[in-house]
Amino acid sequence: MMEINWKHLPGEDTINRTVLPNGITVLCSENFNSPSVVISGYLQTGSQLDPPNKYGLALFTSYGLMNGTINRRFQRIYSDLESAGASFGFGASVQTTGFGGRALVEDLDLLLNTLSDCLQWPVFPPRQFRRLKAQFLTGLQMRQQDTADQASMKFDEILFKDHPYGIPEDGYFETVLNITRNDLSRFHKQTYSPHGMVICIVGAIHAAQATELVYKILGGWKNPEYVNPPEIPSIPVITEPVRVHLPIPGKVQVDLIMGNYGPSRTSEDFLAASLANNILGQFGMMGRIGSAVREKSGLAYHASTSLNAWTQGGSWEISAGLHPNNVEKAISIIKQEVSSFVNSGVTEEELADAKANYIGWLPLSVESNNGVASAIIKMERFQLGFNYLREYPQRIERFSQQDIQQVAKKYLDPESMVIISAGPPLTGESS
Amino acid sequence: MQNPVVKTTLDNGLTIFLKEIHTAPIISHWVWYRIGSRYETPGKTGISHWVEHMQFKGTHRFPGSKMDQLISREGGIWNAFTHLDWTTYFETMPADKINVAMELEADRMFNSVFDQKEVDSERTVILSEKEGKENEPILRLNTAVVAASFENHPYKHEVIGTTEDLNRINRDDLYQHYRRYYHPGNAHITMAGDFDSHIMIDKLNSLYADKPARDLKPQFIQPEEIIKSKKEILISGPGDTCFVQIAYRAPAANHPDFSAYTILDSLLSGPASLNMFGGGGTTNKTSRLYKSLVEKDLAISIYGGLQATMDPFIYELTITIHPEQKPETVIKALDQEVDRIINRRIRRPVIERAIKQARALFAYGFENITNQAFWLGYSEMFANYEWFTTYLNRLEAIKPADIRYVAEKYLNPENRVVGIYIPTKEPIGETA
Repeated sequence: MMEINWKHLPGEDTINRTVLPNGITVLCSENFNSPSVVISGYLQTGSQLDPPNKYGLALFTSYGLMNGTINRRFQRIYSDLESAGASFGFGASVQTTGFGGRALVEDLDLLLNTLSDCLQWPVFPPRQFRRLKAQFLTGLQMRQQDTADQASMKFDEILFKDHPYGIPEDGYFETVLNITRNDLSRFHKQTYSPHGMVICIVGAIHAAQATELVYKILGGWKNPEYVNPPEIPSIPVITEPVRVHLPIPGKVQVDLIMGNYGPSRTSEDFLAASLANNILGQFGMMGRIGSAVREKSGLAYHASTSLNAWTQGGSWEISAGLHPNNVEKAISIIKQEVSSFVNSGVTEEELADAKANYIGWLPLSVESNNGVASAIIKMERFQLGFNYLREYPQRIERFSQQDIQQVAKKYLDPESMVIISAGPPLTGESS
Repeated sequence: MQNPVVKTTLDNGLTIFLKEIHTAPIISHWVWYRIGSRYETPGKTGISHWVEHMQFKGTHRFPGSKMDQLISREGGIWNAFTHLDWTTYFETMPADKINVAMELEADRMFNSVFDQKEVDSERTVILSEKEGKENEPILRLNTAVVAASFENHPYKHEVIGTTEDLNRINRDDLYQHYRRYYHPGNAHITMAGDFDSHIMIDKLNSLYADKPARDLKPQFIQPEEIIKSKKEILISGPGDTCFVQIAYRAPAANHPDFSAYTILDSLLSGPASLNMFGGGGTTNKTSRLYKSLVEKDLAISIYGGLQATMDPFIYELTITIHPEQKPETVIKALDQEVDRIINRRIRRPVIERAIKQARALFAYGFENITNQAFWLGYSEMFANYEWFTTYLNRLEAIKPADIRYVAEKYLNPENRVVGIYIPTKEPIGETA
């Protein structure tokens, strides 16, 4: 057994960063412990560019990229990947379109060729388009029946009213119905570009070799039609409390989401808020909220908190799955817990535990290639510096109890929360 | 990748598997018990899962909240799972903190309190967990299909138990179950990570060697080799989407047919990873059923599920029906595809492709220390660790005729359960 060696963590001396002439940033980290490799990355296009009558377009386009290209049909693309036991896929969020895949290292060129082919030469074949649309719409119909999805969607719509963060990336049934094959082609042509693209490769390959391979395969890509996406607008703030229940007939359990705004990922408040969130609803069996709602009251199987931080802002949410009879009781308990958290702060022991949890977790978070790639991508995207993980213990240690209370007070207010529940009609004291 | 495994058994029957891996300062520690829903009787269904919950409520030395604190403040992750054949508890910790996990597990093997108030509170927590599952159409359908796939075998019961049993089971039932099944003779400890095996064996000896062996008479449970007759189950519920789940009998994991069944599954519905952590699989868009159902616009998706179990369990095919299609049409197309497997020649490269896929999925699992410790114990629960290490060799020995034989033997429409979820398509409202 040994003391934690922070040099094990990815850092400036182990992450190789190269910017290609066409604007692609290539990040590589070597790991020869397993004969596999992952690639992960993103482009600067996303659902913020969706027209209002075609919400879901960015995500739909990203899914369509692998449906066929000038060079390869759908079946060929997947046959090549699946025959190698490899996986690869695209997806879109508000500001970026991401991609990721894994393979045995001998098949890295297969992953990169698939990425390159689908990014540069997709044709969105009509038959595949119709099939994908049916799959997409069925997914949205299933979402309408998912109590957690419905509560979460309504929560975002209200907290981020008229803002891209408040619109689901997969759109709505009616808006996806409007999307045509030409929309996908146009969206791809106008918004996909190597400019600002990031690709990270982690696995059993030398960094120089991996970078050279990316240059060979993607170095020639250009898109003169590309226009930089607009800045994300600032978030219009609502301060009044909101309470909505979405009845979904035939369901047994209610999903509850309640919360306020949170800091952005690049805000100076983020780390303190993250530690506060750990104490409030994550540490051990879901922190103070888990203790109050599950352990002491036996009201729910899950009751926890999460901090969702994006570039322009974020949300600080508390969620629970409840019997319809217990919803109002749980809301009241959660409000009391948040109130006590904000007014009385955290104990010295709680803070020490949360800090130790964050620092001790670091080696586990980067034990797999995927974990390393995800950490490197975050450091690049949010400009945290490549020694961020190694410096993390010092960053965490500097926070005091006052810092935690201050950040909780700044963002959490039990009296102005957006509170959404979805599930069977409320009964008992909730009716 | 091929790090040696040290195996030893203490006099009281505790079996220990250790695998040194020095690539990262992490250790994963698992305790496995041969107890799961397979050993439960009607009236007491869900008791193993409930005992697992109670194991987080503490001992006198490690009260519940203290357990959490000890593991979490070191950055460790921990959890437990109750399944058909087994219950397992694990902690993955920074290597220099593993003692905490070892001492905690050793203590709760013998000294859990089972306080009455905690029992009452956990009853409602588990009922809430069950209600959460009942919100999901596919889980509801699956419960009904599994139940219909067995006459008497305990695999027919939900691991979480019936609502009636969860309301009936009391503190004494739970404690007796705990005392009966939680002891060294019924347990395995598996560890992988950055340690010295000699030091670990000394530590485990100091924790367990003086604990008495307890006699646990083996329970004979009659396996059910076939689904005796064709059954169809219809359930309805909210939503707009129709789902079909088809269950065929699958052999036990250590049965000679299991390897060919794995390749059959891969051909039909795509390669599956048995890894619990850090696995990740691949898509199934070139599988035969995807091509014949999804590409023909009969279905939206198709997935297969084959599990490694002690007794024969089921092989499930779960299909999301295309909104413009009827389930009967889809089932007919599926049957035709199975007939093609049985009646037409399967070429060797098709099998080689399935083996390459399995090799890749195996390699992904080796990135992760937690997953490696998992396999040391998991494979022992239905066969032995050799089953895992020779898995790829067995696949390589499979011939086309073996796959046709398995398809013909197990995928018979007369011996299966077909479950259909029919959506009621009710509108959704909003109240403020």
